Amino acid sequence: MSDRENWFIDELERRGVSRREFLGFCTVMTSALALPAALSARVAKAIQGAEKPVLVWLEFQDCCGNTESFLRAARPTVADIVLDTLSVDYHETIMAAAGTQAEEALRTVVGDKKGQYLVVVEGSIPTFESGAYCTIGGRAAIDIAREVCGGAAATIAMGTCAAYGGLPAAAPNPTGALSVRDAVPGIKNLVNLPACPANAENITALLVHYLTFKYWPPLDEFGRPLFAYGQLIHDNCERRAHYDAGQYVEAWGDEGHRTGYCLYKMGCKGPVTFQNCPRVRWNEGTNWPIGCGHPCVGCAEPDFWDKMTPFYNHLQGPPFLGPGYTVDRVGVAATAGIAAAFATHGLISYIKRSREKPEPAPATPQSTDAKKGDAV
Amino acid sequence: MTHIVVDPVTRIEGHLRIEAEVDGGKVQDAWSSSTMFRGIELILQGRDPRDAWVFTQRICGVCTTVHAIASIRAVENAIGAVPPPNARLLRNLIIAMQAVQDHVVHFYHLHALDWVDIVSALSANPARTSSLAESISDWPLSSAKYFAGVRDRLKGFVERGQLGPFANAYWGHPAYKLPPEANLMAVAHYLEALDWQREVIKVHAILGGKNPHLQSFLVGGMATPVDPDKQSSLNADTLASVRALITKAHDFVARVYIPDVLAVASFYKDWAGYGAGVGNYLVYGEYPEDEGPTAPLFLPPGVIRGRDLTKVERLDPSQITEMVSHSWYEYDGGDGKALHPFQGETRPKYTGPKPPYDRLDTAAKYSWLKSPRYAGLPMEVGPLSRMLVAYASGHARVKELVGTVLQKLNVGPEALFSTLGRVAARAIETLVLAEKQGEWLDQLAANMARHDLRTHDNAKWDPSSWPSDATGAGFHEAPRGALGHWVHIRNGAIANYQCIVPSTWNAGPRDASSQRGPYEEALIGTPVADPAKPVEILRTIHSFDPCLACGVHVLDARKQEVARVRLP
Repeated sequence: MSDRENWFIDELERRGVSRREFLGFCTVMTSALALPAALSARVAKAIQGAEKPVLVWLEFQDCCGNTESFLRAARPTVADIVLDTLSVDYHETIMAAAGTQAEEALRTVVGDKKGQYLVVVEGSIPTFESGAYCTIGGRAAIDIAREVCGGAAATIAMGTCAAYGGLPAAAPNPTGALSVRDAVPGIKNLVNLPACPANAENITALLVHYLTFKYWPPLDEFGRPLFAYGQLIHDNCERRAHYDAGQYVEAWGDEGHRTGYCLYKMGCKGPVTFQNCPRVRWNEGTNWPIGCGHPCVGCAEPDFWDKMTPFYNHLQGPPFLGPGYTVDRVGVAATAGIAAAFATHGLISYIKRSREKPEPAPATPQSTDAKKGDAV
Repeated sequence: MTHIVVDPVTRIEGHLRIEAEVDGGKVQDAWSSSTMFRGIELILQGRDPRDAWVFTQRICGVCTTVHAIASIRAVENAIGAVPPPNARLLRNLIIAMQAVQDHVVHFYHLHALDWVDIVSALSANPARTSSLAESISDWPLSSAKYFAGVRDRLKGFVERGQLGPFANAYWGHPAYKLPPEANLMAVAHYLEALDWQREVIKVHAILGGKNPHLQSFLVGGMATPVDPDKQSSLNADTLASVRALITKAHDFVARVYIPDVLAVASFYKDWAGYGAGVGNYLVYGEYPEDEGPTAPLFLPPGVIRGRDLTKVERLDPSQITEMVSHSWYEYDGGDGKALHPFQGETRPKYTGPKPPYDRLDTAAKYSWLKSPRYAGLPMEVGPLSRMLVAYASGHARVKELVGTVLQKLNVGPEALFSTLGRVAARAIETLVLAEKQGEWLDQLAANMARHDLRTHDNAKWDPSSWPSDATGAGFHEAPRGALGHWVHIRNGAIANYQCIVPSTWNAGPRDASSQRGPYEEALIGTPVADPAKPVEILRTIHSFDPCLACGVHVLDARKQEVARVRLP
């Protein structure tokens, strides 16, 4: 191992992390991403790369929730190191420089590192009033996004606002808010990491994957990595047995609620939401909304503010799925009602596809470049 | 006269622009502008009021609980739902942990770099740093070896040549006064606080499912079940986890945060003479100690005018108005009018320069924030306001701690009206809340022991139990200050929704009579050694803990329903 690589192991040891623990972490990452175990050595080597890749983090019409989520990144010491392997040259919430000096930092990256830097975008991008609904340093968000994302090696749209427009784009979309994909025509190598906010575990896993292989993991048609959004919440829910047994919470605080019965009747959107919350949970695996007695609101799905509301109305509608599709009957009923709202055809095709185990086969950046999230 | 523009103001939540005139090394005039806008109230119209908290919560992901709390209180007030004691206690625990975690993150990760020179820390002597640390606290991470490790880690980081978020800053600026050892100690605690915040906020995950954006709130109570006999409810096991985290939170606040604030402040006492601001303070009060709208509050409400600590006025919400003379909105009856939120009109009309622009026309309209006023006066809200009102109202623990801090810094109470006063008040409040949390947890455990398992007022859940026309207000003390939501519900749907938010109070522009907002007023007289590197401006602005996504939220683009709502 060269000296330039040794610094990393030295850093680990200074922070009380043994080489062995680090490799263990890489194995966890590899398995979270459903990669062959032999790849973990490659993951480890990539993380130790000497030059830190540059990352710029843009905040537009956001609430900072994804930044906060990022600050909760788990696997305490090691995650810290993973983040340290990036050079975060622009991030308004944490950077020391302000004003002119901050703008200069961004200019330097865009000018000197063209095609070599990563971008994270948090928040939607407004278009009305010549972009005056969001300006930074006097520049419209949409101009900044087009320039910075346009020159990037890859872009992560973090959180549902950046990925799909999110809350600002909810009806009646007063500011003409767009997702990154729609605001930056022709954007290359975009990955959507939705949820409100995106889970720190998935952020970390995605970054490690990209830094290791320099391409994104396989995505679904909404541009989301299958490793985190490939399965329905409902299918991995700890309360699934109660659903199958017809044991439901009927009122807040009732015996069933305290016992942990299914929240379907209280409005749970787990049956139509693709995310790995039940598996990775939140805040280092401490808990998750359903574990805390509240229904899933479907926050990782496009347009959930309009299509999953009212949140406390339970999913309903006639069963409708194509022939040969085997899902338990109640689940079919649950998914079908809202399927119409999502444009039936698209939703069902992606439910079906999610039933097939996604192959971990790497794809080229071009072919993994997600299509616009139109279902129809 | 030099015109300074700071945009983006970093290490805040949201998008803030400051323009200032500097002459003779001091700020002569200043303008605060918010440059981002979403329109969440309009999006809320016509929706189920029980959903509103999920929407308003997304106003801010930093203070991720506050707009959920204000929203459920407003709707409960409208429909007459009364959350049972367990729900109140769960909420108090969540609100207090939000404030404790948020204040510490603000000090170390958003504000500290205005006072702490990271580059200077590289030349610190670890043994002397250890002596310094041990002279102010018995916190165990204080050995020379420990600080040598932190210094070496920092050195390794700098020597790799990629400074990332620490690049291009004001290091070496003459306004930095801490000796290298104090800088190194602060850097060590910056890193420790990063781990600490991730850990203690697990209280929110236990009681709220996740953080950010907890998901256990309900109109009428909480979704978190409590039952000592159930695995899927809050039980003895999870209560013990919460207690451990509360203890950890208190430990760091008492033994690291407070001593650090005192140590840093002792080198910057001149900042007790800058940043005073408007001198009027508004507090809604927080932490109900009983059920119902008249319950006593642990931190009292009140209004202080003109820095007069001898008199705390009773809060009268009907005195609250908003103006748009310098905001990108228009009013039907003329932009010079002052309207109560119940009569609020919010039609955006952008008249600023077309982006990209270099300068705002500050003589005209220049911000997406409105100008809230109380009895016609600009008001500062936040931890300083809360501590002043509590102090002047005779709150025993606050009085004691304020007295101790003033004595340790050897300054009088007038020092509180300043940039440094805000920093100190935030720290004092954090300790008061960190101490208090355990009591609410004890009360919750006692209720559970009596088998009081209620967490929700089911009687008002179904919209058919609501009046066909109802209005309500929800008040809350967010980490950054007084927050109010006003809702009008008609036939089970939201007819109108209005928020007046802490950062609107503090960061708002001038009003019709040219009274500056609190940020603007606080900047007057601030020294600026080098207009190209205005770190001093950041000190005063950051002392308010800006949260701009919160501040701008109002939109009524299609001239919707004008709210006409009664006060509770």
